[in-house]
Amino acid sequence: MSSTLTGRRALKLWWNVLGLLVFVTAGFPLYWMLNTAFKPAEDAIDPDPGLLPTGITFANFGRALDIADFWGPVGRSMVVSLAVVVIGMAVGLLAALAISRFAFRGRKIVIVGILAVQMVPLVAMIIPVFLLLNDLGQYDRLTGLIITYLTFILPFTVWTLRGFIVNIPKELEEAAMVDGCSRTGAFLRVVFPLLAPGMVATSVYGFIQAWNEYLYALMLLSQKNQTATVWLGNFTTKHGTEYAPMMAGATMMAVPIVALFLLVQRKMAAGLTAGAVKG
Amino acid sequence: MSAADTTTPVKVPPPRQAPPPPGPADTPRRPRTSSPAAVPWLLLAPCLLILALVMGYPLARLVTLSFQKFGQSQLWGFQPAESVGFDNFEKVLGDGEFWTVVVRTIVFAAGAVVFTMVIGMAIALLLQRVSGWLKVLINIVLVASWGMPVIVATTVFKWLFDSDYGVFNALLSKLPGVEMIGHNWFASGPEGLAVIMLLVVWGAVPFVVITLSAGLTQVPKELEEAARLDGAGSWGVFRYVTLPVLKPIIVMLTTLSVIWDMGVFPQVFVMRNGHPEPEFQVLNTYSYDRAFVVNDYAQGSAIALITVLLLLGVVAVYMRQMLKIGEVE
Repeated sequence: MSSTLTGRRALKLWWNVLGLLVFVTAGFPLYWMLNTAFKPAEDAIDPDPGLLPTGITFANFGRALDIADFWGPVGRSMVVSLAVVVIGMAVGLLAALAISRFAFRGRKIVIVGILAVQMVPLVAMIIPVFLLLNDLGQYDRLTGLIITYLTFILPFTVWTLRGFIVNIPKELEEAAMVDGCSRTGAFLRVVFPLLAPGMVATSVYGFIQAWNEYLYALMLLSQKNQTATVWLGNFTTKHGTEYAPMMAGATMMAVPIVALFLLVQRKMAAGLTAGAVKG
Repeated sequence: MSAADTTTPVKVPPPRQAPPPPGPADTPRRPRTSSPAAVPWLLLAPCLLILALVMGYPLARLVTLSFQKFGQSQLWGFQPAESVGFDNFEKVLGDGEFWTVVVRTIVFAAGAVVFTMVIGMAIALLLQRVSGWLKVLINIVLVASWGMPVIVATTVFKWLFDSDYGVFNALLSKLPGVEMIGHNWFASGPEGLAVIMLLVVWGAVPFVVITLSAGLTQVPKELEEAARLDGAGSWGVFRYVTLPVLKPIIVMLTTLSVIWDMGVFPQVFVMRNGHPEPEFQVLNTYSYDRAFVVNDYAQGSAIALITVLLLLGVVAVYMRQMLKIGEVE
């Protein structure tokens, strides 16, 4: 009895050691970004950098803000991401309702179609989109970028919201309708409040996706209109890369996004898996 | 077919009633539940319209473009775009460099997908066995690296692998007999691509772990017990109980990974400062290079189209899975 207990304990210890290894390996790039961002710039340029922080300074952040306009790109990213989320949610919610609450001919084709759209690699689209926006006079305009971002935000929004909607029992709606609500009324009074947390999570996640997009932002906007992700490229010049301020810049880009992500990921995982395993 | 289909009540949605048929047969208490067939389509209309415009049109344009001659002068409208038949494809397919890029891309993607899935599965299984506090810690790190913008992650990896001041070289040099300071990981294609693969796998593993962990909670404990009573070891339980239950999720994750890893762009592009050397080109950067560096948009489109066709094979598998899910209802 006691020998199996100690055996089990040894096994658990062994698993924990492995787990710690995973923790350290997976977390190291994040740690190193923060470590470099906060250490004095001259300590970053050391062929044998110590693993522990050498001292905390905010100078790198100041330098990062100096190198190129930061708030302009961040403001533009904000405008684009918010617009994409608002449009995507409004349009996507209607579509998600249609495919999760109505039985109609062609429903399956629509579902597969919306999924298929997600499969088209963005890069394949970049040339025609570039030409299209060029023809429409939308090249180097934020509106053009917003429209193109919908190609990947919209399918994602529909698919995830659908995951949240199928988790709300249809019987609740039916009960409300039995009690005299109209279909719309039942939706507004019963489904909508239950769906709200899922909608918040989907919006945040969609916002993050739009915020993080790089390729379209790089191709469809000129230098003077660059967004936050492209801004990060400013640290590499012909004269080399300023790594310490660059890591400070990376931190400024990543920390708010990672924090948002940590807040909503549990909800998102629920919606995504519900969408994957439930019709 | 497998345990997944027959024994996991959690996964089968409760039977849903089709909307009650309209008509006088309904009991009087029943309110109007019938909806005209147009309602779902009305709800779908804005979504489909936007997708048709922002996806459909460019896709169609991609096809026509790859059959045209389209360079700078056509872009500025000095010359009309004329049709050239299969010229672009012949040029692309007849180019030895293109095939090198295709093989490189496939090898890269295959490697990244296999590593992502195997490591992801191992960590997901490990998470079930570690202590609670450690599970929380690992989850936080995984979610944080999942949420990192790709550009930020790429930038950080560039710094980790810097030849003179990168911590990776410094750590390796701590090993006895190893002197790596000053070693340039990007001097050769295979080494540089290995670093980029590491970056891709690091960024992709969290999604796989978190999704598989969610799937693992749905593996019925009784089934595992039963297998164990029948004499299965832990490998047997995994092989004959866990794996079949997880199969739909694994297929989905693998397909998505293939699509994402065949489509790496920013990782290579940013890692090579916007000008990937020939031995770093993958299909996407190659297509970009043809279109925007050489200014041959038609050839770039032909390459993009070939990439899409390559992916279609993979997507077909995924689509079948999706159709099956659709049938569950």
